[in-house]
Amino acid sequence: MKKSIFKNRWLPYLLISPQIVIVLVFFFWPSFESLRLSAFKVSPFGDRQIFVGLENFSRLLISAEYHRSVFHSFVFSGGVTFLGLSLSLFIAALANQKIRGLRFYRTAVLWTYGIAPPVSGIIWLFIFHPSYGFLPYLLSMVTTYEFNWLLKGWVAILLVIFAATWAHLGYNVAFFLAGLQTIPKSVMDAAKVDGASGFSLFRWITFPLLSPVTFFLFIMNMVFSFFETFGIIHAVTQGGPGDATTIMVYKTYLDGFVHMRMGLSAAQSVILMAMVISLTVVQFRYTERKVFY
Amino acid sequence: MNGAVLNQSRKPQRDWKKLVIHLLLILSVCLIGFPLYYGFVISTQSMEESIQKPQKLLPSGYLLENYKKVWNRIQMGQLLLNSSIVALVVSLGKIAISILSAFAIVYFNFRGKQIAFWMIFVTLMLPVPVRIISTYQVVSYLGWVDTYAGLTIPLIASATATFLFRQFYLTIPDELVDAAKIDGSGPLRFLWSILLPNSGANMAALFVVMFIYGWNQYLWPLMITNSDKMKVVVVGIASTVPVGTQLPEWNLVMAAAMMALIPPVLVVILMQRWFVHGLIESEK
Repeated sequence: MKKSIFKNRWLPYLLISPQIVIVLVFFFWPSFESLRLSAFKVSPFGDRQIFVGLENFSRLLISAEYHRSVFHSFVFSGGVTFLGLSLSLFIAALANQKIRGLRFYRTAVLWTYGIAPPVSGIIWLFIFHPSYGFLPYLLSMVTTYEFNWLLKGWVAILLVIFAATWAHLGYNVAFFLAGLQTIPKSVMDAAKVDGASGFSLFRWITFPLLSPVTFFLFIMNMVFSFFETFGIIHAVTQGGPGDATTIMVYKTYLDGFVHMRMGLSAAQSVILMAMVISLTVVQFRYTERKVFY
Repeated sequence: MNGAVLNQSRKPQRDWKKLVIHLLLILSVCLIGFPLYYGFVISTQSMEESIQKPQKLLPSGYLLENYKKVWNRIQMGQLLLNSSIVALVVSLGKIAISILSAFAIVYFNFRGKQIAFWMIFVTLMLPVPVRIISTYQVVSYLGWVDTYAGLTIPLIASATATFLFRQFYLTIPDELVDAAKIDGSGPLRFLWSILLPNSGANMAALFVVMFIYGWNQYLWPLMITNSDKMKVVVVGIASTVPVGTQLPEWNLVMAAAMMALIPPVLVVILMQRWFVHGLIESEK
């Protein structure tokens, strides 16, 4: 808290107003509108709204289609988070050693932060392409299994998991590297004196000391794969084959903008909102982010 | 004597360890680089080359031809221009309004400060997808559909940038404020000639992170634009993917993907130092 401050009656309001106006108009108003709409049935052109209470929610609760989208979301997010965290921890641990060429290695990994998820999706789409892609071709040399994402749901999920993980790798590595650099050298030296080295040093010293970063990244990867990967699904699989890659955010979009079921879509938005709020609260409670007075 | 012997016996082992680390890192870098390399190689081949079996994983001679063709086909110039406008307005806008709000929060006492702070904080929990339909309605109510204002302004609020500047201002010694007051300079003067010149590193850091955020937006531009003239590149290249009976011109798709990928990746590489700082600091 600052002790020295300026005194002015209206200036602080003027300074903070641009941000507050944007927050009110584009965050609070739409969020309340979503909350309100979730209790209505809306005609396809939006001209008639009938109050239905919690009916939209109860319809979702019994909808097998919705259950599948929840399941797909968790498989997808779990895959992205697990694959992303293990790969990036492995790379960060290597890139934290005292060796030559570190700057090159770090840049050669961190650049992936710039990849837009949909662009990543399109490149991976071609790598997975059943007739022309490199990966099915490679696999066809060792197996006769038809590795075709257009026919097999799990291959399609794998495709979008790879695309999302690739686009998010730079982010994860940057945080792991920063975390590794905060581990005091004295702790490492003490462990080495006690005879720890290589993997045991990593398993018993580095990994536990990194757990706050790992936890933070776990939450951020869940949030990323739940909310920021819409572009991959939309540009690559369109939720298919069948609904194998229809994750919750994509289903919300389909119901709202394609099937014109606004109320149902709004109810799904509210559920997503509850999820992201709980993830953020958990994250702030268990990591030491000191943004508050 | 003894120590020298020990050292000699340990040295080869350490070299061997370093070699393994190098090999593993090179393997990882190749694995991570492969999709980019693959996309680039395909973008330099003719359509026939790009779909033959087995594919050649070496560049061919069609680079210029492919890039020109796809540039004209999807008006790449306009797409890149729109993406640049969106990324610049969003990143600079976020930085500007966050500097002002953080300044108000740190250097003034005013009624409703706590509420304002919380309102900005809550935006962290409201990503675009969870309020998409209603935000679209609000923007169309304002008449901003298919305009740059509609594309950028709803994305400009930023809790993380506000927190970062707030943290930074709190580290500025109080003596500087007192000195400014004694000199008779007001708060805006203090902001302009003391705080801003010292915020360079933070601004650069946030700029990279927010530029990437703006450039890589997909859902919002997809919703809010409907003319080709307003499309951004990430949305535009998705339309080059061949469907159904269209020619499998994957060489052109990859050329388009490369052009959408290169600007943000260059920003990350050229500003790597600031970007890592910005990423880590703004999440603290």
